[in-house]
Amino acid sequence: MRVMAQMAMVMNLDKCIGCHTCSVTCKQAWTNRSGVEYVWFNNVETRPGQGYPRTYQDQKRWQGGWVRTRRGRLKPRSGGRVKRLLSIFANPKLPSIQDYYEPWTYEYEHLLTAPAGDQTPVARPTSLITGKQTRITWSANWDDSLAGGNETAGGDPILARVSEQVRQEYAKAFMFFLPRICEHCLNPSCAASCPSGAIYKRTEDGIVLVDQDDCRGWRMCVTGCPYKKIYFNHRTGKAEKCTFCFPRVEIGIPTVCSETCVGRLRYIGLMLYDADAVARAAAVADETDLYAAQRSVFLDPHDPRVAEAARRSGIPEDWIDAARRSPVWDLIMRYEVALPLHPEYRTMPMVWYIPPLSPVVDVLRDTGHDAEDAGNLFGAVDALRIPVEYLAELFTAGDTAPVTAVLRRLAAMRAYQRRVNLGEPPDESIATGVGMTGQRIQDMYRLLAIAKYDERYVIPAAHAEAAAGLEELATGCSLDYEGGPGMGGTGPFGESSGRYEPVAVENFHALRSRQTADSPARVNLLNWDGKGRPEGLFPPRRDEEERP
Amino acid sequence: MNTLLWVIVPYLSLAVFAGGLVWRRRYDKFGWTTRSSQLYESAVLRWGSPLFHFGVLMVLVGHVGGLLVPKSWTEAAGISEHAYHLMAVFIGTVAGLCTLIGMAILILRRRLTGPVFAATTRNDKAMYAVLATVILLGLWATLRANVAGDGYDYRETVSPWFRSLFYLRPDPEVMAAVPTTFQVHVLAAFALFAFWPFTRLVHAFSAPVGYLTRPYVVYRGGGPRGGRRGGGGGGGRVPGGPPTRGAAPQGAPPPPPRGGPAPPPRRGGPRPAPPPGWERLR
Repeated sequence: MRVMAQMAMVMNLDKCIGCHTCSVTCKQAWTNRSGVEYVWFNNVETRPGQGYPRTYQDQKRWQGGWVRTRRGRLKPRSGGRVKRLLSIFANPKLPSIQDYYEPWTYEYEHLLTAPAGDQTPVARPTSLITGKQTRITWSANWDDSLAGGNETAGGDPILARVSEQVRQEYAKAFMFFLPRICEHCLNPSCAASCPSGAIYKRTEDGIVLVDQDDCRGWRMCVTGCPYKKIYFNHRTGKAEKCTFCFPRVEIGIPTVCSETCVGRLRYIGLMLYDADAVARAAAVADETDLYAAQRSVFLDPHDPRVAEAARRSGIPEDWIDAARRSPVWDLIMRYEVALPLHPEYRTMPMVWYIPPLSPVVDVLRDTGHDAEDAGNLFGAVDALRIPVEYLAELFTAGDTAPVTAVLRRLAAMRAYQRRVNLGEPPDESIATGVGMTGQRIQDMYRLLAIAKYDERYVIPAAHAEAAAGLEELATGCSLDYEGGPGMGGTGPFGESSGRYEPVAVENFHALRSRQTADSPARVNLLNWDGKGRPEGLFPPRRDEEERP
Repeated sequence: MNTLLWVIVPYLSLAVFAGGLVWRRRYDKFGWTTRSSQLYESAVLRWGSPLFHFGVLMVLVGHVGGLLVPKSWTEAAGISEHAYHLMAVFIGTVAGLCTLIGMAILILRRRLTGPVFAATTRNDKAMYAVLATVILLGLWATLRANVAGDGYDYRETVSPWFRSLFYLRPDPEVMAAVPTTFQVHVLAAFALFAFWPFTRLVHAFSAPVGYLTRPYVVYRGGGPRGGRRGGGGGGGRVPGGPPTRGAAPQGAPPPPPRGGPAPPPRRGGPRPAPPPGWERLR
C-alpha cells in the first residue's frame, strides 16, 4: 500500500443555476491572455447539449482516454508510444479552433471615430484569430439552456446513445447544468500522451500540471484528455490547463471557481488513495465496474492502519487530519451520493458530481403531484427512465443502479427533512428505506444544505518546508496583454519567448493576511471572501448605534 | 580565400550553432517549441507536415551516411561505389522529392491560410527562405551532377573535408576543386546552422525519444517530503499557467513594494529573490 493524497472536488448539480460566475472568474484569473482567448479552464455546459468543445464526449471521434487491451492492460485510446511518435508531425485527432469557437472582439474604436451620419455606428465583430471581420456562429455557450433546441441538443453524443424516442422526450422534459474543470485524474491520460513528459501529477496533492518550460507543443495531450480540458495556447505554442488554483490551495483557500460559486455547490477536500491499486482498478474488464473500482482505491483516513501507512509515506499529520474531515470523503464514501464523470474513460477522475434530483422534482410538481412525498419521489425516480439513463451515461458508464440509488437517497433526504421542517415526527422508515439512519440523513442534509465555508472547503495548507520550492510558481501579470503596460510582448523567436516575465502581482500570502487581519485598512471587494463583516463594508447595525 | 570559406566560416558557424543552442536552452526554454499552427488549419497540414518531416529525416540519414561514414568503410562492407551510388540517388531522390513537395505545401499553406500567415513572424519567414535555399541548392547540385552530368562522387572530396573539420585538422584544399553547385550548397547549409538556434527549428533538438522508455504517468514532487523532487527549486516547474519561469538567481534585487500591506515573513526561511526581469514591472 502506497498512500498518496489527492485534492479533490465534488459539485452538487442540484444547486447549479448555470450563472457562469465560476467560468468568468476563472477566466479573469487564468486565461485573460492572448493565445487562450478561446480557453475556459472552467466551463458550464447545458445538458443535454454538445458541450465544449463540441461533441468532446464522442471518443470514437476524438480518441481520448484509455482503452483496455486484450491482455488486460491500458493504453491511450489514440495509440501507444510508437503510434504517438509516428503521428507527431500532424496530430490526426486534434480539435480545430472551430470545434471550440473562433474568439472575437468588436470594433469598439469605430463607435468613437465614426463620422457623424444618419445611422448609429455599429461595432462589428472581428476575429481574434485572423484579425478580419467575422460572423459569429458559435461560442463556448452557444447552446446555453437548450438554446437552439433539438438542432443543437441533437448533437449531444450522450443523447445519441439513448434511443430516438427517448431523445425527443428528454429534450422536452428537462435540462441541467454541468460545470466542468480539469478532473486531476489519478490515471491522467493527458500525461500519458505527452511525448515530452511535461505534464505531471504533483506527489503532494495530486494536482496535474503542465511544465511550461518542458512543453514542446506536440499537442498530443489535447487528444489524450477525454474531457478536452487541455488547451493549446496558439500564441505561445504550449499546452495549458486548469491548475486547481494551486497557489491558492497551497495556502489553504479554495479555487477561484469554488470561492465565487454563487450556488455554493462545490466542495473541496483531500482523498487518500492507494497509488499501487490505481492501475489495476482502472483496468477492470467491465466498464460499469469502474465506479466501484475507483471507490475501492480510496483509503479510509479514519482507519488507524491507513493513517500509519500515510505517515510512513510522508504525509503530514495535519493532512491526515484534513482527510478525516474531508467533505469529499463524506459525499463519495459515507453518503455515497457523489459519482465520477465518465468513469468509462478509465482516467480515474477526481472531480465528482452529485447528480441532480431537481429535474425529477420539477416533473412531479408540474404534473400536480406532491414533489416532497417520499413515495412519489421514489416512484418518479423509477418511472423517469430517461433522465436516469442519461445521468448513468454521464456518471456510471450506463449502469443505472448507482444513479437510482443516489437519487433515491436524495429524495429520501428531501422527504425526511420536509417532516422535520413541518414539525412532524421524523419518519425513520424513509431513512432505512435507502439504507441510512435518520441521523445520517440529517448529517448529509447539513453538509449539502447549510455547510459553512470551513466545512465545504477543508484544505490543509502546503507545508512551510515545501513552500520555498513552491514559491516560484505564480501567476503572470494581468497587465501583460498585448500593448498593455505589462508589455510582455513578442520576443525575437515568437510569442513570449525571451526572458521570462515578472511573477505574481498578487501575493497570495498577502491576500490571506488581508483576509484574516484584525483591522483591515480598507476592504478590497475583489478579495473579500464573504466571511465576517469587515470594518467599513456595511453600515453599522442599528443595535450598535443605539448602544451608548 | 580557401581558408576563409572552408575553415573559418564552418568553424564560426558551428560555434554559433552550439553556443546558440546552449544559450537558447538556458535563457529561452519557454520559447523552445514547435509553435504548431495545427489549431488554425489541419487538413493541409496533415499532408504537408509528415511529407516534409519524414522526407527531411531520410535526407538527414543520407547525409550522415554520406558525410560521416568514410568510403573505405562501405567498401570494406562489400558495397561497391556503383551500388552505393545507385542506392543513394534512388532513396535520395525519393526523400528529396518528399521534402520538396512537403515544404511547398507547407509554405503555400502558411502564405494562403489567413490565421497561419497572421501567426508567422519575420524570423519565420527568414528561416523558411534559408531552409528552402539549402534544400533547393542541394537538390540542384545532385540533379546537375547525376542527371545532367555524368555523376559526381562527393564522398571523395566533400566528405573527407567535412570529417577533417571534426578531427581539428581542416583540409580546405580538397574543397577548392569541388563543383560550384556543391560549394554553394555547403555554404548555405552552414549559414542555416548558424541561424538554427535562433529560429523555431530548435524543436528538432527536442525530439521526444525518451517517451519510448518512460512510464506513462509522470509524478513530480514539490517539496522535501519524500525527497522525490527532481532538480533544484521551483523554477521550471511551472504549470499550465502564464509564462513565468526559472529559478531566481541569488543576489537579485528585492521586489518593489506594491500597494497594500507587506506580506508576513515567510515561515520557510529567507524570502527567495525575485526572478530577473522584475524591474520591467515598473
